[in-house]
Amino acid sequence: MDYTTLRHFADSWGLLAMTVFFIGAVLFALRPGGKQAAERAAQIPLKED
Amino acid sequence: MKYGNEIVLLALAAFAALLGAAFAQDSQFGAHMWVLFFALAGGATVLLRTGNYAPAAAAPADSSPYMDGPIRYGVIATVFWGVTGFLVGVVVAAQLAFPDLNIEPWLNFGRLRPLHTSAVVFAFGGNALIATSFYVVQRTSRARLFGGNLAWYVFWGYQLFIVMAATGYLLGITQSREYAEPEWYVDIFLTIVWVAYLAVFLGTILNRKEPHIYVANWFYLAFIITIAMLHVVNNLAVPASFLGSKSYSLFSGVQDALTQWWYGHNAVGFFLTAGFLGMMYYFVPKQVERPVYSYRLSIIHFWSLIFLYIWAGPHHLHYTALPDWAQTLGMVFSIMLWMPSWGGMINGLMTLSGAWDKIRTDPIVRMMVLAIAFYGMSTFEGPMMSIKAVNSLSHYTEWTIGHVHSGALGWNGMITFGAIYFLVPRLWGRERLYSLRLVTWHFWLATLGIVVYAAVMWVAGISQGLMWREYDEQGFLVYSFAESVAAMAPYYVVRTIGGLMYLAGALVMAWNVYMTIRGHQRQEEPMPTSAPALQPAQ
Amino acid sequence: MALLDKHKTIEKNATLLLVGTLLVVSIGGLVQITPLFYLENTIEKVEGMRPYSPLELAGRNIYIREGCYTCHSQMIRPFRDEVERYGHYSLAAESMYDHPFQWGSKRTGPDLARVGNRYSNEWHVQHLVEPRSVVPESVMPSYAFLKETPLAVKTISYDLIANRRVGVPYSDEMIASADADIKAQADPNADTSGVLARYPKAKLGDFDGDPAALTEMDALVAYLQMLGTLVDFSTYDPATGYR
Repeated sequence: MDYTTLRHFADSWGLLAMTVFFIGAVLFALRPGGKQAAERAAQIPLKED
Repeated sequence: MKYGNEIVLLALAAFAALLGAAFAQDSQFGAHMWVLFFALAGGATVLLRTGNYAPAAAAPADSSPYMDGPIRYGVIATVFWGVTGFLVGVVVAAQLAFPDLNIEPWLNFGRLRPLHTSAVVFAFGGNALIATSFYVVQRTSRARLFGGNLAWYVFWGYQLFIVMAATGYLLGITQSREYAEPEWYVDIFLTIVWVAYLAVFLGTILNRKEPHIYVANWFYLAFIITIAMLHVVNNLAVPASFLGSKSYSLFSGVQDALTQWWYGHNAVGFFLTAGFLGMMYYFVPKQVERPVYSYRLSIIHFWSLIFLYIWAGPHHLHYTALPDWAQTLGMVFSIMLWMPSWGGMINGLMTLSGAWDKIRTDPIVRMMVLAIAFYGMSTFEGPMMSIKAVNSLSHYTEWTIGHVHSGALGWNGMITFGAIYFLVPRLWGRERLYSLRLVTWHFWLATLGIVVYAAVMWVAGISQGLMWREYDEQGFLVYSFAESVAAMAPYYVVRTIGGLMYLAGALVMAWNVYMTIRGHQRQEEPMPTSAPALQPAQ
Repeated sequence: MALLDKHKTIEKNATLLLVGTLLVVSIGGLVQITPLFYLENTIEKVEGMRPYSPLELAGRNIYIREGCYTCHSQMIRPFRDEVERYGHYSLAAESMYDHPFQWGSKRTGPDLARVGNRYSNEWHVQHLVEPRSVVPESVMPSYAFLKETPLAVKTISYDLIANRRVGVPYSDEMIASADADIKAQADPNADTSGVLARYPKAKLGDFDGDPAALTEMDALVAYLQMLGTLVDFSTYDPATGYR
């Protein structure tokens, strides 16, 4: 396991995996089905003390 | 008997501390164990005197659905440690301006500065986080704190940690790891307290009656477990003796440096950012009485923030003997961190949309908004300073100190003050604060203090960095190091004044909190209402 | 939509949230820190590095105790002005026996990575006792008490043993003679051939101006005087240090 191998992995598959995961996570959070649940959750602090 | 077990445990621990003092291998450890002995023996005595000797069954049941006792104590501790930490800050600032203020050996700058940083970050910030997290998790889970008296143990255990850390610094007991200075035995004790804290917090979430876990709790939870991970790894060390204060870090040199700054940067990222964002996501919506601008943005904010932050540590080691690839990674992730940080800032600010007039009418909202603005400013400045070219100038200079303080005083301080002003009337059942006008005074004193401090340190740091690298036409360095020290003198004086203003604001708050708790209400003109009188058209 | 339903599970399940968070915050540290232990070119090959002598180690502990790192760095960056002001830029190898590292983060005072041999012992003692008598612009506190405080030597072998446990190559001989070495190094009349054999280039003799007493000042000055003096740069090839 030397520096060059690691660097090549990080620059290719590592970068790709993280980008895909990030885009997936964003789409996940913004999916249309989650809107109502999010709105309900946002109201939690405003219900009675 | 009430507190029977606690008294026995405290007495036994005090006895153990006495043994530690008797058989200490070095004088600092001996002195530290005496401090511990008096703290524990004092605690046992107080419990004995307040103890109720009636049969335990007679204790009346607490009718409130929430456990607020440790939160009330936590709020008072936050105010107390805040004033203390700011005061020590003013003292160390003055020592740099007037070095004769150093009193060797215990009150020299080198021992007081860690006391200042720990008092502000861990004593003031830590108590604010523990108290608000206990408040928020109960309200948003609709459940009582888990574990009964465990929450009290967390509170008092944490205060004991603070006392041991602070007295240790004055005695010269330090690992020299910035923001992780306490030695091995204090670290072990904090780990136990922290696990109890996690148990109370997580247990309350598991007991919740609300199906959803509110996002503020995500941030608090991430703060608690990440700090646990960082604390344990960064403090791995082998003591020279189990009856001595000195330990040697498990790692050395370059590995040790990166471990420390992985910790150090994420103490900022998770203690001072994630935890305080938990505060923002609860107290800002509460104070402006509307839900957070975008709940789904807060989810993206959460995951991207915690993922990116942990990589940013190496930017503290630019151009050092740390391998270049690690420095570059640290820089790239620090710059990316700008995005989630500003996402969070926008989310916090836009929560006010439709209620912007509250900035004018409600000084508490004004305080929170300023906090978020400073969050945005320092999370812009931070990524900029992590760019290697900028860092080559800013590193080692006062600029870094200015940056830290715009974040700590502006963001952490102001959001905490806002939360305290929100909490105090509610926790003590008062109709309102003693005085809103005093909140305005606090706001302006603190704001001016921060602006003076940050601006002066910015100028000081850049001049310092430029002086160090200035060459004349013949190719000689223009300034000796001593000349750059002399050039700092006026900046150090003005910085001290900025700190004094901030301290004065905190004292105004302490007075306001004290009077509110005592149940007083100051007779004063009400704040301007949201409907200003119409002006005749020109 | 089975996948999307799982998202709700995360939001509603505290244990999953806990595990997910822990996973996400572990990645960065794992990727950045672990390779430093395995990649061979992290620490350059140099000649001259050795563990601290007992007196230097005691001095280093005083340096740490007094918080010197809050104002002084020990890390020279590879810039023209820094190299000119302080000497050759710092190598990772030079702190390989530093538990903990003392790179510092702030220069209220100058860098000390190569302060060794730059000033006389007398200068250091005078500067530590009354900084502004030798550097009028200085804002450093006074450390006169170090001169009055006898150095605690009783347990120094414990310190060497603890260092060996974390990887510093102290030999059995070094540990066995630690008690004698710490006194001999600062004693102008002692036989110091053993100290020099075990710790090449160690500075010998009285440091604090009082040969009769072994004080904390002796230890601190002995440490300052060896800083940055160990590596032999005439045999150092920068190409091997490529990172």
